[in-house]
Amino acid sequence: MLKINLDFSGGAEVLFNNIKKRQLSLESEKKWTLRDFLQYMKENLLTERLELFIQGDSVRPGILVLVNDIDWELLGELDYEIKQNDNISFISTLHGG
Amino acid sequence: MPILCKAECGNKATLKRPKTADALCKNCFFNAFELEIHETITRSHLFKPGQRVAIAASGGKDSTVLAHVMKLLNEKFNYGLKLVLLSIDEGITGYRDDSLETVKQNRDDYEMELKILSYEELYGWTMDRIVEKIGRTNNCTFCGVFRRQALDRGAQLLKVDCVATGHNADDIAETVLMNILRGDTARLRRCTDIKTGGAENSIPRVKPLKYTYEKEIVMYAHFKKLVYFSTECIFAPNAYRGHARAFLKDLEKIRPSVIMDIIHSGEQLQIRESVKKPIRGICSNCGFVSSCQPCKACVLLEGLNRSLPKLGIGKRSKSEKMKAQQDLERQVILREKANLVKNDF
Repeated sequence: MLKINLDFSGGAEVLFNNIKKRQLSLESEKKWTLRDFLQYMKENLLTERLELFIQGDSVRPGILVLVNDIDWELLGELDYEIKQNDNISFISTLHGG
Repeated sequence: MPILCKAECGNKATLKRPKTADALCKNCFFNAFELEIHETITRSHLFKPGQRVAIAASGGKDSTVLAHVMKLLNEKFNYGLKLVLLSIDEGITGYRDDSLETVKQNRDDYEMELKILSYEELYGWTMDRIVEKIGRTNNCTFCGVFRRQALDRGAQLLKVDCVATGHNADDIAETVLMNILRGDTARLRRCTDIKTGGAENSIPRVKPLKYTYEKEIVMYAHFKKLVYFSTECIFAPNAYRGHARAFLKDLEKIRPSVIMDIIHSGEQLQIRESVKKPIRGICSNCGFVSSCQPCKACVLLEGLNRSLPKLGIGKRSKSEKMKAQQDLERQVILREKANLVKNDF
């Protein structure tokens, strides 16, 4: 199993049942890119309005994604391949002011 | 394969700056972020040594980062400023009452004096009650107009020389877009100003984060582990700004420099001299800054108190008609009552 930690903040947590941190195990027979994982999140984890998190096959612009505290824009974004024990953070910049 | 920090410090890069596309490590990012704000402050002469400066604090990401960076720069570069926090309690249950707890945390963390002013004490109305009257459209107009004036009132009470607000580059680009879409040339002209007010007993407002990207503010708060409040205002989802914001974020995805580009366009726009521009003066009723008589806050308040909550929304001529109509109706009712009294005798 591919174990990962998820972390939601900045208001992104409200779309996921208000849970800020969670652990997850993914089937490890196949490789998981962030593209695949966002699809998985869409189908299994999102509890609130889909369009506030997903746009096309990526996250809605204004939601920051970090893997092990590194900006996903440095990691190939959707093509990044998830590794054992990765910490994936989703931070919304769209809330509050 | 980790990407190395562009500043050649030897560390692993942790983020890509949207403004420059540079890959930087945490420490080099902190430095660049803080120094750019310092440069904005010095280049635009925002403060003078010895001034008392109020930071408009909502508990959100922008004002939390602003308070943190202002304290840091004030100490590092000897600005010689006395910093205080000013918060407005709009009276929105489940939103502002929680965010004010974050502001109180800022007060303790940064050892700054804090003043909280409420709509209730200033106007006799909370936003909860205003929304009961007006519903979920135009409510943001009340909130915005009242907040603007509440900050002026608070600044006067705190006897500060200026108020620093947390408006960031994304906010300003959004405002430029909104003013273009609405044809509001008066606001378009001044919305990119880094410093506003200052004339005739009005206290100046400054925007030290004017050129700071929202993404960087959030990254800075995240890496510095600053605690901020991020719940969406429960009354806001219908606001027009949301559409401008979604549009801007889509554009930013394609071309990150778009935010700076829109601000630049706003700054360079010249509006023909023949276009009427509002003259800033003092409201004859309440004495606070206004470009109309009486000021918008007074009109909105009169509307609430007369049970004509739409009074300050839309054209002035229409609101005069509404008032005249109500006065007439009231006179009729009074006359009828008087007749009843007469007939009793």
